Amino acid sequence: MATVISNERLTDGVYHLQVEGEYGGAMGQFYMLRAWGAYPLLSRPLSIHQVTDRGVDFLYHVVGEGTEIFAGLTPGDSIELEGPFGNGFPEVEGRIALVGGGIGIAPLYYCAQKLPGSDIYLGFSREAFRTEAFGPLAGELNINVGGLVLDSVDFTAYDHIFVCGPHPMLKAAQLKAMAAEQEGRGPQVYLSLENRMACGIGACLVCSVSCRDGQRKACADGPVFLSREVIFHD
Amino acid sequence: MINLTANIAGVHFKNPVVMASGTFGFGREYGKLYDVSMLGGISGKGLTLHAKPGNPGVRVYETASGMLNSVGLENPGVEAFLSKELPYWETLDTARIVNLGGNTLPDYVLGAELIQQDDDARRLAGKRAVDMIELNISCPNVKEGGIAFGVKTPAAREVVRAVRAATRLPLAVKLSPNAEDIAEMAEMCEAEGADAVSLINTISGMKIDVRRRRSVFHNLYAGLSGPAIKPVALRMVHQVAKRVSIPVIGMGGITSATDIIEFIMAGAAVIQVGTYNFMNLRAGSTLVEELQQFMIEEHISSLDEIRGII
Ligand SMILES: Cc1cc2nc3c(=O)[nH]c(=O)nc-3n(C[C@H](O)[C@H](O)[C@H](O)COP(=O)(O)OP(=O)(O)OC[C@H]3O[C@@H](n4cnc5c(N)ncnc54)[C@H](O)[C@@H]3O)c2cc1C
Ligand SMILES: Cc1cc2nc3c(=O)[nH]c(=O)nc-3n(C[C@H](O)[C@H](O)[C@H](O)COP(=O)(O)O)c2cc1C
Ligand code: FES
Repeated sequence: MATVISNERLTDGVYHLQVEGEYGGAMGQFYMLRAWGAYPLLSRPLSIHQVTDRGVDFLYHVVGEGTEIFAGLTPGDSIELEGPFGNGFPEVEGRIALVGGGIGIAPLYYCAQKLPGSDIYLGFSREAFRTEAFGPLAGELNINVGGLVLDSVDFTAYDHIFVCGPHPMLKAAQLKAMAAEQEGRGPQVYLSLENRMACGIGACLVCSVSCRDGQRKACADGPVFLSREVIFHD
Repeated sequence: MINLTANIAGVHFKNPVVMASGTFGFGREYGKLYDVSMLGGISGKGLTLHAKPGNPGVRVYETASGMLNSVGLENPGVEAFLSKELPYWETLDTARIVNLGGNTLPDYVLGAELIQQDDDARRLAGKRAVDMIELNISCPNVKEGGIAFGVKTPAAREVVRAVRAATRLPLAVKLSPNAEDIAEMAEMCEAEGADAVSLINTISGMKIDVRRRRSVFHNLYAGLSGPAIKPVALRMVHQVAKRVSIPVIGMGGITSATDIIEFIMAGAAVIQVGTYNFMNLRAGSTLVEELQQFMIEEHISSLDEIRGII
């Protein structure tokens, strides 16, 4: 059991949750959270937004029953955390771009802290949030509201690109990565996938990802995959 | 001292808390969170003769008090299991159950034979890593095999008979709640020489995405598990336990010590825990502790005192 330090509403349906305790983790890793008893049955995976000396932070979007309950948490409330789980983004060097779409910016803040000076691209469909925190850490900061943030990223200009966002954005990033590769200037592109999960630790196989070398688990082999490894079916 | 032990066909269970197939992998992942040797037993992920990639599309959906899964028996195949997972099982001090599925009758038989051969070799070397085979004729998530064998008694009889002939290991047959007559099915298993029956597997269910106007699942239907199915499972365990004299391994929606006691009172020898492992990653250790506590409070010194009393 952990204790909620704060749970601040940033904009419509987006919250910044701070949890107290000795929680660590690497960039791109996630925790399984629950703030209820038996129902909803499953815990919810949330990426590490940052690790502080007081605990661990999350940034989440209210989309359904579980995140609705998270939104109702107030300081002092109890919450259960299991983790950190997953492989996370690699510690890389060189020219780096961090590209986030919507709530996909959540894990990128921790990346920005660990890889200061990276170029950061943040895209939002309606309203930008939390962008002010990224500013001081960025080489260049690009913010896009209402458009396609990927359009502003020159894939040939980087050695490493980390992408987290909605499914169509990940697929588009894979196409851009392939195009750049064909020009012979392909960066290593890493995608963070958000498959539905049950156990979060690699035991139930509900989170399977089709990869070139067979089935992988989003929770244990991922959530971060090299874009060229993943086969998108839809 | 309270006695939590049970015995099925010579296999010792230090307590009745066994982890259900498909929800516990082969124990390695949970083994990082707590000592899985404190469990009564582990039933591994369902195996088929050859590796299976499982079903495409969404594989899990939550329902009121339950979940639907459409994993479709993704597994590494019997041989990969024997070479890669069994060495880990050897290090565990708990009953180790191989859950065996199949697409066709020969698949089941060849799978059982491979496990038996491996076991013979291990015995010669003074080792042992499989304590029991749990024959799964009840997976609702694969098109061929699985459930096709588990609904009608004559089809199930063929598989049970063939597998019984292929192995000398203790054999439990895992029954489907979708069987036409589950008590008749259990009687058939007993007559064919099964050492135990396990029940229930998931109940075939469905979820429709009304906006996209299609089933959420690629295979249309998926398997329902969790607290939602507990009353059905309990009734079936009770029915079956009254009809057979071989032990019954009961499961379906167990999330607490009192749930375990209910299944034991309905006649189960030991129980299995599935979906609760996702609700509480330390389900095994939680349940064993709670069960001990409950028995002390209720002055129950051994599970034999209450088994089948209803
Ligand atoms: C590794 C990982 C990291 C994530 N990090 C974040 C994050 O930092 N911030 C954030 O806002 N969201 C994140 N998500 C998505 C988040 O887990 C879902 O939005 C959340 O589980 C929805 O729960 P709900 O009860 O509100 O929605 P419901 O629709 O009621 O959920 C029903 C079920 O679907 C699952 N589900 C629904 N949407 C998603 C989704 N997009 N991805 C995965 N499972 C889903 C739920 O876990 C639950 O099992 C992450 C997902 C994964 C897999
Ligand atoms: C994700 C998942 C995968 C499963 N895979 C198998 C399997 O491979 N073999 C099998 O016999 N049962 C399998 N089952 C069924 C469980 O072992 C168990 O019979 C069922 O879930 C009911 O118990 P519960 O309500 O405690 O989960 C699976 C269940 C779930 C939820
Ligand atoms: S969520 Fe269980 S294996 Fe990934």
